[in-house]
Amino acid sequence: MSEVHNDVQAYTLRLELVDEPGELLRSLQPIADHGGNLLSIFHERGNVTPRGYIPVEVDIEATPDRFDNIVEGLSDAGINVIQAGTERYSERLTIILSGHLIETDLSDTLTQIEATRNATVTDISLSAPAGSIDVSSARFQLAAESGSTEKVLAAMREIADEKDLQLVEPLTVGGRA
Amino acid sequence: MRLCVLGAGAVGSAVVELAAEHGHVVTAFADSESAVVDADGIDADAVLAKKQEDGVVGEADPEAVFDADYDVLVEATPTTLGDAEPGFSHVERALADDRDVVLANKGPVAERYADVRALEAESEGTVRFGATVGGALPILSTIEDVGPSRVSAVYGVLNGTANFVLSRMAAEGLDYEHVLAEAQDLGVAEADPTFDVDGTDTALKGVIVANVLSEGETEFTLDDADVEGIQELSGSMLDLAQEDGQTIRLIVEVADGAVRVGPRLVPGHGAVAPSGTENAVQIEADYCGRLGITGQGAGGPETASAVLTDVERLAD
Repeated sequence: MSEVHNDVQAYTLRLELVDEPGELLRSLQPIADHGGNLLSIFHERGNVTPRGYIPVEVDIEATPDRFDNIVEGLSDAGINVIQAGTERYSERLTIILSGHLIETDLSDTLTQIEATRNATVTDISLSAPAGSIDVSSARFQLAAESGSTEKVLAAMREIADEKDLQLVEPLTVGGRA
Repeated sequence: MRLCVLGAGAVGSAVVELAAEHGHVVTAFADSESAVVDADGIDADAVLAKKQEDGVVGEADPEAVFDADYDVLVEATPTTLGDAEPGFSHVERALADDRDVVLANKGPVAERYADVRALEAESEGTVRFGATVGGALPILSTIEDVGPSRVSAVYGVLNGTANFVLSRMAAEGLDYEHVLAEAQDLGVAEADPTFDVDGTDTALKGVIVANVLSEGETEFTLDDADVEGIQELSGSMLDLAQEDGQTIRLIVEVADGAVRVGPRLVPGHGAVAPSGTENAVQIEADYCGRLGITGQGAGGPETASAVLTDVERLAD
């Protein structure tokens, strides 16, 4: 498990700052204090929220536990954290698998998909018109990390190949996920 | 222009029939067994009637057409894989005589693109092949107009038979074999629809597009394409797709120097989910974004009109 925790990942923080001098700098302090690596700051100065705050989007790199400390540090400093890291799974993908899904252990298939670490299964719909021993099909909805669509699909092809299942991929060429 | 038409199938016959309307004269016409040559222009109606009745177009030897007076060779013999013969040799002979060539046959530009281009470079003649991809749809001419180097991806549906089968399966919840049999009854699918449903025909078109996009840097043949057909799809897979607002179509993707063909999930009413036997292609290009071309692709008169458009461009 220590390996997982040492993994540096990219996170997006969405903050809302009070429109006062020095606020932006103050919001970055906890990130530096807790060892986060700043990737980009998007300061939407002209785009004030209805309550008069200024939205700021900060992309950082950190290990998962450091990231937790950063979010805590920001809250302690009185900074509004609107969204923390939920951008991680930002691409929705649908695939269909067909074949001896049930005989080839559907739950193992799911575990293998989750094991790719770039995607998580958010929905499954199974169609087994002839019962569990015959050919059945299932639609999987996956949430993939942004930019990892190709990697996730490559993993799906491998799983389908190994279990002799037919995979219908989504059309992803030309920037459409 | 004076045309020499090789191949008396649906496309070749339609070219002979429509040539006069476009201001061209057919001086030679051959099928695999026979030929007719007339320097003043053959009698299209009589020749086509003869083909219908006797199965031949005339009394001359097919070889005779190469000695005829013509400006453009229209190659409309059946597409063959591998060495692309006899189509390739026909192209070779016409170019050796410094004549122009218009292809309806996909073989030479899908399987031997570099050879065709090399022969063209040695000749006064020019080769055009707009009819080979999407029939009447202006796909290659759009790529040509935009500039191949500015096109980043081309994808969509390029086989009407496969699209008909999948759209019927989706609409009626029927299985593949059932719909295919129906398509054959309707004359939409041929007696042997293998190349349509196993993805080969779509892949050949994708390979031709890839050859055009690479502008001679890399040559693509059918072997370079990753091809999967639609034979294994079931009605319940289409139902699952539909529950999610999607559908399945046989899609070709040409991007990043690769050609892939296979069933793909696409938005149910999206740009690349045409109905029936239609084709639908999206071209992604720098500055102009996504260009969509949809319509009835293949068919004798449709493809013949694309051939005659190419002849027109040669005349300019």
